[in-house]
Amino acid sequence: MTEITSLEERFQAKIDADQRIEPRDWMPEKYRKTLIRQISQHAHSEIVGMLPEGNWITRAPSLRRKLGLIAKVQDEAGHGLYLYSAAETLGVERDELIDQLHIGKAKYSSIFNYPTLTWADIGAIGWLVDGAAIMNQVPLCRCSYGPYARAMVRVCKEESFHQRQGYEIMLTLCEGSPAQKAMAQDALNRWWWPALMMFGPNDAESTHSAQSMAWKIKRFSNDELRQRFVDMTKPQADYLGITIPDPDLKWDEEKQKHDFGEIDWDEFWKVVKGHGPCNKERLAARVKAHEEGQWVRDAAVAYANKKVNKISNNSQVA
Amino acid sequence: MSHKHAGSLHAADAEMAINNARDVYTRRQEGVSLWVVESKYITASNPEESESLFDPAEDKIYRHPTFYDLPDELEYI
Ligand SMILES: [Fe+2]
Ligand SMILES: [Fe+2]
Repeated sequence: MTEITSLEERFQAKIDADQRIEPRDWMPEKYRKTLIRQISQHAHSEIVGMLPEGNWITRAPSLRRKLGLIAKVQDEAGHGLYLYSAAETLGVERDELIDQLHIGKAKYSSIFNYPTLTWADIGAIGWLVDGAAIMNQVPLCRCSYGPYARAMVRVCKEESFHQRQGYEIMLTLCEGSPAQKAMAQDALNRWWWPALMMFGPNDAESTHSAQSMAWKIKRFSNDELRQRFVDMTKPQADYLGITIPDPDLKWDEEKQKHDFGEIDWDEFWKVVKGHGPCNKERLAARVKAHEEGQWVRDAAVAYANKKVNKISNNSQVA
Repeated sequence: MSHKHAGSLHAADAEMAINNARDVYTRRQEGVSLWVVESKYITASNPEESESLFDPAEDKIYRHPTFYDLPDELEYI
């Protein structure tokens, strides 16, 4: 018992001194579990996040837009891979994590359970969803767990292109015909609140936050990050000349930040619990892709075995 | 040419690892050469020992060219 205590004290001292925890270091079981949950959910989000945007690749309005969108979706696949690799350093198999997603045990970001109805949604997603993701992810570059922090550095470098391509789409639509501008406004109307929900429950309701802060997995609270996002995004909406769908959103001169309306938490929990507009569709698409890719994995394993046999046969001859 | 650790991946053999590494880790010209090695063959220094391993070099400034005083007007040295 005392041994565990001293190990745990040393571990916490290391974190307090802003040192990184590496895979071979001793860590409390709860720290390991928390990270596996968070990193794998993050990885799942990157992969499932490819679906709403993949929906528009074949219908992108120009070759320039199509190239940008393909590159962005490809990046998200890469992000998923970096993150699955980071999770694996904690002693869990990727297959296991993917199974948990497919049976509905593991969650992914609820934002991807909303449909992409028009081309403007691709603009709104890049601007708002990738924007909110950056806000969440930049502090994770200093997360106490080394492999996760390093993966996030790479991810964050790539994200800024995603946000800029999204904003450029919105800008083009807003400078276009009245119908195009209305399309941009409609997309903002539908994506604004789900984007704010990406920061998670209010601090008072957030169950894992305090421990994650003490472990420096998390550096800022949900509400702090959400506030920053609102403050950053409002002037960008003004520049586009479209209106954020929140009558309570206004600048508070005294507090030097924006006041904004209450999130519909019933909707938030409904989508988290699997009853959003696209939860079933997204999961079905992932399961289908995984099952239809089985032959590729089988072929890779058969090929690897063949190579191993060849090498051992050769060495027998020699 | 110095090589830096870029990340890890799964592959059935070395050739596939090179192809996957090219797709995953060099989408923005991050490199012009790739090395792959199975993780079981890597022996790494212990991060906890980094002080005793690397700090001793800190006070050996005489290993750097700027330690030696030469007149400014001197060229090409
Ligand atoms: Fe991403
Ligand atoms: Fe992204």
